Amino acid sequence: MTETLPPWHEIVLNVFKANEVKLITYVPDNVLKPLIQALHADPYFTCFATAREEEAVGILSGAWMAGLRGILLMQTSGFATLPNVLASLPCAFQIPVMMMISERGTLGEFNVGQAAVCRTMRPILDSLAMEHHTVSRLDECEMIVDRTLRQAIMTQAPAALILSPLLTGGKVVAR
Amino acid sequence: MSGTTHNLKRMYRFDLTTRLVAKLKQEEAVIGGIGHSNFDLWAAGHRPQNFYMLGSMGLAIPIAMGVALAQPARKTFALEGDGSLLMELGCLTTVAAQAPKNLIIILFDNGIYQITGGQPTPGLHADYVAIARACGLTTAAWAADEVEFERMLDNALATDGPHFIGCKLDSQGPKAQTERDPAQIRDRFMRGMGTKKNRTLG
Ligand SMILES: Cc1ncc(C[n+]2csc(CCOP(=O)(O)OP(=O)(O)O)c2C)c(N)n1
Repeated sequence: MTETLPPWHEIVLNVFKANEVKLITYVPDNVLKPLIQALHADPYFTCFATAREEEAVGILSGAWMAGLRGILLMQTSGFATLPNVLASLPCAFQIPVMMMISERGTLGEFNVGQAAVCRTMRPILDSLAMEHHTVSRLDECEMIVDRTLRQAIMTQAPAALILSPLLTGGKVVAR
Repeated sequence: MSGTTHNLKRMYRFDLTTRLVAKLKQEEAVIGGIGHSNFDLWAAGHRPQNFYMLGSMGLAIPIAMGVALAQPARKTFALEGDGSLLMELGCLTTVAAQAPKNLIIILFDNGIYQITGGQPTPGLHADYVAIARACGLTTAAWAADEVEFERMLDNALATDGPHFIGCKLDSQGPKAQTERDPAQIRDRFMRGMGTKKNRTLG
């Protein structure tokens, strides 16, 4: 018997609540649109866009040290702007900056720039020794997101969740 | 208060930082940016509510904004150099959009990257107060001298912000060098913010 699961963005929103992740900063991505919309609509969350992803890493670091948990939502290209600030702020100071990355550049990408930048993402995460997991199945979504956030908080270490097009459908172009 | 950079006195960063710290009676948070901003914050006398940035150039204002959002009742200062602000100018729009009432930005504008050898920044013809205003921080102003700096601090401590205070600096270097131990800096700051409560030795 298979139970019907809610869409990925509903699962993610509920896991944020369960972990008291209240501050949502983002530079938008098309795939993240339903999640961003739902977060804006829910008064539990403080949700806003920043001009750059780097800024959001600063905001989340300050907020966490002062007692407010948050997460940064972005796309692959946004993550590629971050290695310097990740290495010198959350990694060096042991601050659990949490990130959710919509994976562009793979499984049917139409933009060659996105495809190239996508290949840098996991090597950067690995070289920063940062915990990261890719969510590709709806039935694993809750556990991976929940456990990753919990571990980040408990170990005071930054972490990244990558949302695969296998989960979200990705961004597709008409043939 | 001045809207232009003509006739502004060039002030000494350590002196301004000391004047600021002397006014902090309510455990206000202070984030010292990369460059010599955090050095003089350290030199002015360590407080548990001080956070010293050791990298992440340009993030003093965002870090302070995060603290301000987390603790709306606590006044929170960002001390940022002009070179650093240039690297993250867009953050002024984010500050203006969210408008945290308890955030106070102090810009230390010496026109150079002092810590890396004193090279002039490309902001030679830039007016950072005008930029801040144009981003929506409409009460941004330059401090003409030390007396006015103190008056602007009093106002910022007594009224809702976000506030932006620009200071033109002379070319004197920092008074001391911050002790570089990020995990300890973060731990002490969290205790200063009341987010870690257990007593520690020492
Ligand atoms: C992204 C990045 N680029 C360059 C540097 C090197 N760097 C460190 S501090 C600094 C200058 C800071 O200038 P400013 O904020 O004006 O402060 P000042 O040194 O004048 O006190 C530079 C260029 C760096 N740390 N990070």
